[in-house]
Amino acid sequence: MLLVALPLLGLILRTPWARIGEVLTSEIVVTALRLSLIVATSAAAISFVLGFPLAWMLVRSPFPGKTFVRALVILPLVMPPVVAGVGLLAAFGRRGIVGSWLYEWFGFQLTFTTGAAVLAATFVSFPLAVLALEAGLRGLDERLEHAASTLGASRWYVMRRVTLPLMAPQIAAALVLSWARALGEFGATITFAGNLQGRTQTLPLAVFERLQTDPEAAFAISMLLIAIAFAVIIGLRGRFLR
Amino acid sequence: MTLAVDVALRRGEFEVRAAFEAEAGETVALLGPNGSGKSTLVLAIAGLLPPAEGTIALDGDVLDDEGGHVPPDRRPIGVVFQDLLLFPHLSAVENVAFGLRARGTDAGDARARARHLLDRLGLGDRADARPRDLSGGEAQRVALARALIGEPALLLLDEPLSALDVGTRIEVRELVREQLRGFPGVRVVVTHDPVEASALADRLILLEDGRVTQIGSPQDIRAAPRSRYAADFVGVNAFQGRLERLADGAGGIAVGEDAEVVVPWPEAFSGGDVIALLRPADVTLSLEAPTGSARNVFDGPVSWVAVDGELARVRVASVPPLVAAVTLGSVDRLGLREGVLVWASFKAVEVRVLPR
Repeated sequence: MLLVALPLLGLILRTPWARIGEVLTSEIVVTALRLSLIVATSAAAISFVLGFPLAWMLVRSPFPGKTFVRALVILPLVMPPVVAGVGLLAAFGRRGIVGSWLYEWFGFQLTFTTGAAVLAATFVSFPLAVLALEAGLRGLDERLEHAASTLGASRWYVMRRVTLPLMAPQIAAALVLSWARALGEFGATITFAGNLQGRTQTLPLAVFERLQTDPEAAFAISMLLIAIAFAVIIGLRGRFLR
Repeated sequence: MTLAVDVALRRGEFEVRAAFEAEAGETVALLGPNGSGKSTLVLAIAGLLPPAEGTIALDGDVLDDEGGHVPPDRRPIGVVFQDLLLFPHLSAVENVAFGLRARGTDAGDARARARHLLDRLGLGDRADARPRDLSGGEAQRVALARALIGEPALLLLDEPLSALDVGTRIEVRELVREQLRGFPGVRVVVTHDPVEASALADRLILLEDGRVTQIGSPQDIRAAPRSRYAADFVGVNAFQGRLERLADGAGGIAVGEDAEVVVPWPEAFSGGDVIALLRPADVTLSLEAPTGSARNVFDGPVSWVAVDGELARVRVASVPPLVAAVTLGSVDRLGLREGVLVWASFKAVEVRVLPR
């Protein structure tokens, strides 16, 4: 308890409440906040769109190497984020195995763009979405879908009116968890996307930078992130946390 | 209109082979113990399990054969599943309207028709309830309405009463029977309960261990049950086994480690696998070893006594187990109750032997 409470108490005491409004409306914070919201929301959306078919395959269709694929999906969850960043550089950086090819053919460089920040955030939040969706699919009574098909429902109609609605809690969990994870992402982003204000500098990166020049501002931004975290917990309560 | 089924189905190691037909206007019951392959057949007819071999045709339209498989959503079949499988996130009326909407009817129209059907089933005031708030009988009716609303050519009921408690079962059975009678297409009821089957069906298809063992009206089967299960169904004793000729010319059927039932040697055929039937009224019970002419004498404890009017049926847990029908007077005189050791005997000539 103390371990959790003390840092929180420290933050509350050190936050410059008198000038918190001024700090949080400063250009650097507003820019970082907007960027954070864009990055986290994109990452959660991409995680869901790509994670759903993957979770579907993991639960519903037998294919060779399933155990390996599942291990691979979970890997970013246990991997140090900075290593994830280095890995992304090796793949999508200017000299990376895909990145060099992109650069040569299209003159396109992913690193140091908002796209890179989104990719880094997606990379680390994707496993959470897959795990939540997998749990949802596993808990679904497939016979309800069968019943729907005997009533004349096409596959798509079954998906839209039976499968997805019945999975609503897990879909919400997948979105919220991956969104929250993406919002807090630091290591992979700073390694792969860099720390450019307005393009890749999300809130956590702004905290890190401010800490060196204006610690009080860093505390203020941290309070903002904690407020968001609390909002997420309250939002989750009663739905998936009991 | 006819449903014609002649298929081999495989689910893992389990194989079901069945061939039968059902006509519009009659109710056919697929009757069999648990694990006999009834549910597998339901899945196949509904289109959820493509057969390994064979054909399923409805009214001349081939639904399954070597060349093709019509998916469930394009079969004119209404199914009431064993656990009903109502959609938990939809209200009763939305559940019923589902089939219409899936086939393209607009939402308002579909809901109005669903409401109308629920009204007819006496559920008008429950239309907006979620399945979890419905009683067993109400849920059963919603499931029936959901299956009927698309006006299918075949109505398939899988254990329609098994989810209900005993009290509601009789009430819902009447309702199901009424609905079946009013349904113009082919009607197939799947059940493990002989009482339910006799109450609902005109014709029975007995299924045991993945095979059809007998097809006929309840009267036919009562007159000549051809398996242990069929005999249980009509309440007679049955012994199944190989018939051997005994030294004295009679027949013997081995029915246990060293138990043998002596039967008359059938002139019509010579040995082999047989089923032998014995009416409970032909079994005599006594408290001491009988010394009469009966050649079949077995002893064991009484395992239950069921009173039915002036008669009682007494089951003796001997090898083989036997059911005897005796008068209430005898029950009192012999002090028959659970656990009492008795001798059960019957004459060989009372046993009817049929080939299997």
